[in-house]
Amino acid sequence: MVLLKCPVCGGDVQVDDNALPGEVIEHECGALLEVYMKDGKLALRVAEQIGEDWGE
Amino acid sequence: MRLGVAYDVLRWEERDLFSEARKLGYDVRPLYIKDYADLVGNSIGENLDAVIQRGVSHSRALISTTLLESQGLRVFNDSLTLVRCENKTLTLSLLTKSGVNIPRTAIAFSKEKALEMARKLGYPVVIKPIEGSWGRMVAKAVDDDSLYSLMEYQDYTTLQFRTAYMIQEFVRKPDRDIRIFVIGDEAPVGIYRVNKANWKTNTALGAKAEPLKIDPELRELAMKVKDVIGGFFLGIDVFEDPDRGYIVNEVNGVPEYKNTVRVNNFNVSGFLLKKLAEVIKK
Repeated sequence: MVLLKCPVCGGDVQVDDNALPGEVIEHECGALLEVYMKDGKLALRVAEQIGEDWGE
Repeated sequence: MRLGVAYDVLRWEERDLFSEARKLGYDVRPLYIKDYADLVGNSIGENLDAVIQRGVSHSRALISTTLLESQGLRVFNDSLTLVRCENKTLTLSLLTKSGVNIPRTAIAFSKEKALEMARKLGYPVVIKPIEGSWGRMVAKAVDDDSLYSLMEYQDYTTLQFRTAYMIQEFVRKPDRDIRIFVIGDEAPVGIYRVNKANWKTNTALGAKAEPLKIDPELRELAMKVKDVIGGFFLGIDVFEDPDRGYIVNEVNGVPEYKNTVRVNNFNVSGFLLKKLAEVIKK
């Protein structure tokens, strides 16, 4: 597991070593977070809201 | 097979594709398109046999597909299929020209003409965005007043095609519609989407999935739609009209299938991956 910080509340977030970019994690503070790669390492950012052009 | 899977949000379907591809011994590479950038026409530097497009954002799915195609990659579905699916007027135009039954549909560019067309179709009518998904902004208008208000709401959206009003008859379907999948040269599985509480039968809006009985007529229809729209993997939405039989409402170029797998116990990802290997060999 990788220990990251929630970009909203600053709290700890445990992320699986094998997590893929695009995974969405709901943090205990209520924030929806998205895994992405920054400088070759796993990182978190606030997940994108459902867009007008989203869907099947 | 060396396979790329282009995606932006990691849903159940994308995870399942990765898992099933690895079970089949494919070398699978996730392509996270939100952070993907390259020169048009540049070589991606990897010898991928195919890329499956799974972007949930229509814009990202289409544009990343065109970019990947410019780099010499075969993307499924291809960019032109995505365009044919995403723009509902194009979908319906191609289908009706080929003799496929569609809902009676009018296009107008002014409210006055849209009201005229709605009266011709007969209320209630359905107004929907030219591009859109999950039943978003699909609304039923019961008279001129409500249709006018809905068109005003459309005017003040940021929809790309907000100046075109797409008005359809309200099809008297049962409390369900059909989602049938085409995968390669077969239509192996589908679901009924049942909603007794809402005329909109999108599973995103709470419709319940039930296993679909695929009769020969429906299978033949699905393959005809595939011939018209193109592509490799399609989710076709079909209404059952009491008088006209099957009516094709929409075609989805990046279909979701979690509920289809669950209620049919059918491995869509595995089937798709095996079919894709056949296509690549040809």
